[in-house]
Formats: sequence, C-alpha cells, structure tokens
Amino acid sequence: MDFNHGTELLKLCEKEKLPISQVMKKREADFSGITQEEVEEKMKKALEIMKESARKPLKDPVPSIGGLIGGEAKKLKEYQEKGRSVCGGLMSKAITYAMAVLEVNASMGVIVAAPTAGSAGVVPGVLLALQEEYDLSDEEIIKGLYTAGAVGYLLMRNASVAGAEAGCQAEVGAASAMAAAAVVEVMGGTPAMCLHAASGALANLLGLVCDPIGGLVEAPCQNRNSVGAANAMICAQQALAGITQVIPFDQMAEAMYHVGRSLPFELRESALGGCAQTPAACARVCEIFSANLPSIS
Amino acid sequence: MKTCGCCIYISLEYILIYVDAAVFFHIRRLIMAFISLFEVIGPNMVGPSSSHTAGAASMALLARKLFPGEIRKVDFTLYGSFAKTYRGHGTDRALMGGMLGFETDDLRIRDSLSLAEKAGIAFTFTTSEETDGIHPNTADMDIEGTKGEKLFVRGESLGGGKVKIVKLNNISVDFTGEYSTLIVSQTDKPGVVAHITKVLSEAGVNIAFMRLFREEKGAAAYTVVESDEKIPEDIPEKIKENPLVSDIMLVQL
Repeated sequence: MDFNHGTELLKLCEKEKLPISQVMKKREADFSGITQEEVEEKMKKALEIMKESARKPLKDPVPSIGGLIGGEAKKLKEYQEKGRSVCGGLMSKAITYAMAVLEVNASMGVIVAAPTAGSAGVVPGVLLALQEEYDLSDEEIIKGLYTAGAVGYLLMRNASVAGAEAGCQAEVGAASAMAAAAVVEVMGGTPAMCLHAASGALANLLGLVCDPIGGLVEAPCQNRNSVGAANAMICAQQALAGITQVIPFDQMAEAMYHVGRSLPFELRESALGGCAQTPAACARVCEIFSANLPSIS
Repeated sequence: MKTCGCCIYISLEYILIYVDAAVFFHIRRLIMAFISLFEVIGPNMVGPSSSHTAGAASMALLARKLFPGEIRKVDFTLYGSFAKTYRGHGTDRALMGGMLGFETDDLRIRDSLSLAEKAGIAFTFTTSEETDGIHPNTADMDIEGTKGEKLFVRGESLGGGKVKIVKLNNISVDFTGEYSTLIVSQTDKPGVVAHITKVLSEAGVNIAFMRLFREEKGAAAYTVVESDEKIPEDIPEKIKENPLVSDIMLVQL
C-alpha cells in the first residue's frame, strides 16, 4: 500500500479502516522488504534514543560545540518545579524536552533526526510529555511516531524538509506538523483530524526563515524547537475539538514549499541574514571562530 | 541463420541478463522514489547536523570499506560549506570516526581524533577555496595504508545524511553505498564487462545498477555494480581471473 498525497492517505485509511499509523507501518514493510515486526523494532530503538536525548540534559547539561547553548532544559525544569508555571505542566514538559534534544544534538550526542537534526526536538518533546501526562504505553507513543512519519514523508516528497531549500518553516514547521498529527492520533482523533492539525501547524509557522547564528545548529534553532512543540499542541487541541482548517494539508504543503523557494538565499541556512546577521550574533561568532574550538585536538 | 547450441545458450544468457537489467532498472526507479519511514524518523545520529556530521561520517565509512588495508595516514581536504563550518559541526571528527569504522550513531565519533592518534593513524585537515564544479559539502580523503597502498576518495554530502562517492583515484564515479557495491578496477578493453556480468549471472546476483567509468578510452576504468542483496564473497576472486582486472573493492549492504 502506498500513497503520495494527504488525500490518498485519507482514502486509504477509510478503505482499509485503519489509522494513519497502521497505513504507514504497512507501507514501510511492503516497500523496504522487512517485516512489520522489524519495522516496529527499529521504531522502538528510535524511541529509546529519543527518550535518552530528551532527559539526559535535565540532569547533566553539556555546553554545545559552538558554546551558544547548553543548560536551557535544566533551567526550564527547575523553574517548572517552583510551581509558578506559565505554560502549565504538559506544555512545560514538551518545550523542556524539545530544547533538551537540541542540547544533546549541539554537543555531538546521539539523536534521531525527525525530520532533520535541527528540528529533532519537536516530535519527541511533544510525544514524551504526552506519555508522562497521560501515562501512555510505549506502543501508543510509537503509533504517534508512525503518524508523524507519514506526515513528514508527505512533506519530504511534495515539499521540502531542508532549511537550505525552504527555510525553518520546512524544518521546524514540518516537525511541528508531524507532531501535531501524532498527538491527534494518540489522543483518539480521526485521520482527517490529524491532517487538519498538520495543516494548521504548517500555516502557523509559514514563512519562518532559517538563520542559524554562525551557521551552527544551536541558536535560534533550539528556541524554535520549543515553539514547534507548543504550536503542535495548540493545533492538535484545535483539531481534536473539531476545528477544521480552510486549507487542506496537501495545498498547505504546496504553499509552504512555494514560500520557501521564494525566500532569499540569505534566509535559507546561509547564516547571512535574520538572527545570524544581527550585531550581537556577529560578535558571538567572531568570539567562537577565533577561539580554539575543542574539535581540533 | 545457423546457430549452434552453445550460441543459443549464450544469447539466451544475454537476453536473460538484459531482461534482468530492465526489470531491475524499473524496480530501482521505484526504490529510488521510495522514501522510507526511517529517512523521516531518522537517521539515528551523532549531532549536530545530518549533512555536516552524519553525512561526513557516512562518506568516510564508505571510503574505509573501499580501502583494503590497514590505514596509516589520511589527508582530508574540505570544500565549500564543509571548509567554512567544519569545526562547529564536528565534521572533522565525523570524517575521522567514519575512517575508524564508526556508524553515524556511534558516540565514539566525538573522540575520534584522539582515538586515531592512539591507533597510530596520522591525519591532516586542509580547507580549500576551490568551488568550481564542486558540491558545497565535499570532502577529499587521501588514504595511505601501512603497506604503502593508496586510495583517493571524494565524497559529497547531499543532505539528510545521504552521500555519494564521486571520485575514486583519478576517475569520476557515482555511487551511494545504499546497495551492496562491487567496484572493479580494470583496463578499458573489450570483454571485461562481459566477463563481470557472466560471473555475476552465474552466481545468480541480481544487478540493480551497473555502470562503467573511465579516464579515457583504453585507459584505467571502473565498473561499478550495485545489487539489492549481498554479493557472494567469492565473486571478486572469480572476476580477478580476467587479466585485464587489476583490483576489486566490495562494500556489502
């Protein structure tokens, strides 16, 4: 079974009476020549890495290679524990985990790109927070990962998930759409609701530029992962409440791609515009690149 | 037209090879269009960048697998974005990690430079300003073995952890290592390719992709064969029976 667009995916779900996660799992087994059990095993491994990368920095924060980030997740956790949370329990956890994963990534730890390394915090951030809050099993969270994978696959196929090609909206935007759809399925929403949530998530981050300071996957990437996580939860809640989007997912993916391609080169991962070209960023970059970085021993 | 029994047999063999290739070219196109779930949720990798870290490790690991001997020294040359941002992305450590045989998610990548020193492997990193006809994320790997063997490999990191090898010694090539890959170093003379396909078809190897790359007519050439499955280990010896074949590299899936 295969599908190339969101509309085809929904038809398949309806015809087979299956949720998006099952369709995606079957598709993988059909085409990659491995059994569904093997697919499940690979996904379990991915989930393990996600858990480790989301939690480790809460205890042992490590500075990034470039030195722009490190320790943010631990600060968020400590603030949350003071009991004066602004974001509430679930969202606090999600943004904490999302930022944690980016800390691990920026310090050469092991992460699962989802869909990219620079946006790797969004999907685990949201799903792991949800798992804790609702005491969900790993199997249920893995269903969410398949659904996230289906949305990410469609964006990879019909739009782009590369910051250098279509900006941060294609990386964190895509991750946010993936996570939104995943939450909807895990929380019992229909396949159509999943795609409404994904479409909404893309629309909210439309136009977001990719402007990493010094070209490093650190800032503003880490913050934007927390925004992607929060956005995913907002869109999932809206979809689960029955709110529908005017723009269907496929059209939104196309719109995202067009916006991305019309972004100037300076705003597509070249570190020549946006945050990367502010005086403060430039000063930090000079500091970083004149310092003897640990990479040369 | 008179045809003897063995000619019919040979031509049938060739038709079979032809049909085989046609069918597998078709399947390969399907496979190439296929985006795996684990390209979306994955790769599992040491950060921070799929192109600058995971891709760098993958291309060096591929080069390592192509090199037959024990490594004594590697000179890396970095181009484009690799040259400008390699320190902040750990590209140097990823390249050296791949050279030491580490996969993209192996944490030892972090310490690969000191591990290489401990293993007695010398290395240098040079950046190049050259941009003409060079993909922005390119690395050259000039490998020297303990017995004086030499191999030059140029790799490109295409994004999302995907890579391809575009140069082997002086010859432009094009393969990804996503399939089991057999690389035959040969003199560009008639009969060598037929010999290779004969050996492969006798062993029942399905060829997914096969191409010949050469320096110039009659000079050194590479035949690159990619297969969806493992290539039997005795294949290189059999192909080497042809005197025009000088060397064989095999990277298994």
